[in-house]
Amino acid sequence: MYGGGYIFEETKNGKPESEDQGKLKNFEAKIAAGEKIEPSDWMPAEYRKQLIRMIEQHAHSEIIGALPEGTWITRAPGFRRKMALMAKVQDEVGHAQLLYSAAETLGKPREDMINDLITGKSKYSNVFNYPAVTWADTAVIAWLIDAGAIINQVANSKGSYGPYCRALERICIEESFHLKYGHDNVVFLATGTPKQREMVQDALNRWWKPIMHFFGPSDKISVHTETLMRWKVKMASNDDMRQKFLDMYVPKIWELKLTIPDPNLKKNQTSGKWEYTEPDWEEFKRVINGDGPCNKERLAVRRKSEEKGEWVRRALMRQDEQYVTPLS
Amino acid sequence: MKTDKTIISLDPRITREKLPETPDQKPLNELHHWQTFEVFHQEKTGDHHKHVGSLHAPNAEMALLLAKEQFARRYKCVNIWVVKTSDISRTGKEDEDIFETTPEKMYREAGGYKVMDRINKFKDPDKI
Repeated sequence: MYGGGYIFEETKNGKPESEDQGKLKNFEAKIAAGEKIEPSDWMPAEYRKQLIRMIEQHAHSEIIGALPEGTWITRAPGFRRKMALMAKVQDEVGHAQLLYSAAETLGKPREDMINDLITGKSKYSNVFNYPAVTWADTAVIAWLIDAGAIINQVANSKGSYGPYCRALERICIEESFHLKYGHDNVVFLATGTPKQREMVQDALNRWWKPIMHFFGPSDKISVHTETLMRWKVKMASNDDMRQKFLDMYVPKIWELKLTIPDPNLKKNQTSGKWEYTEPDWEEFKRVINGDGPCNKERLAVRRKSEEKGEWVRRALMRQDEQYVTPLS
Repeated sequence: MKTDKTIISLDPRITREKLPETPDQKPLNELHHWQTFEVFHQEKTGDHHKHVGSLHAPNAEMALLLAKEQFARRYKCVNIWVVKTSDISRTGKEDEDIFETTPEKMYREAGGYKVMDRINKFKDPDKI
């Protein structure tokens, strides 16, 4: 599902200037020509590091993102919706598997990634630190969070790292069902009884803030990412993706006569850009660093799954087996 | 019988299993996710098998089960191969030049052989 915007941190080591300049030139020429970089190709240390971070965050987001929706499987209204939600949650976990494999090709073993998630070292998309309070929340997540994810992932699938692009192509095809399913659920509630309308409006009110946070901090306060853009690791600016999302989905929300809880939201007809209340980036930072409504329980559940599955993994393990980095 | 019905969280696992409010943030030492397999699938009978990705499994039998779930749950697929990643031999990146050959290869292409001129001249030597 979830690209979750770009959260890059500057690293102290591995600046491109310290790389072999000849190799760096070939590498950049290849990317400029639209060629993909494969795991066995030479790449700058910084490229490897930032890609591992990004793909790993993406994988964690898929697996943690399955939790708020997963809790609604037993309470889904009706058999068809239950089947659809189970399929969606299974897809998300499958996406995590594809993404972990892509990140592994860069040299970080999966065990290390899971451990970094459990110990709070790795991040995942901030939106999953908020609860899905009612059934309508799952509808809004499946429609609008997945819509945001598609915008992010379609952009990333044109990036430079082969294994990540291939995983994303497969993921994007599956996401289109999630989006349609989510839209169907929102439309059903929004065109239903006054009580159902109230329910979906409440959910939208709760989720608008995380949705605006979804693409990451405004370009004005983001870490410089020119190099990452040139290397096609980052494919679009956070604000550009947010604009694209608003362009595509605000009219669809308004046509259902739902209101968006931001009095300043409007499209500037001269510039063609959306204007909105600047999201609270302090809250974003606070929540992503562990202090959100659900951070602790998400990690507790993830840890429990690993601990409870451990005896099964060990029972099936062969003593002579050796971990090998996947090929592509 | 009295039961405690207090809902601590919307996640039933939290409420039912009374997971700690502050999870232990120590790394898990026993983590082991097996070895990796490369997966090839055949979309329809008669097609070549195509590499679609990799997965972790303890043995080939489990790898097939997981591959079916991961790569064949949505779209048409009639057959799957799994191969241990460690069993795959490949040419090195640094050896890419072994694929460089002479650029002129007409001698090994059908279009490199034109005989009609000679045949026509043979049949009718007076005609140009």
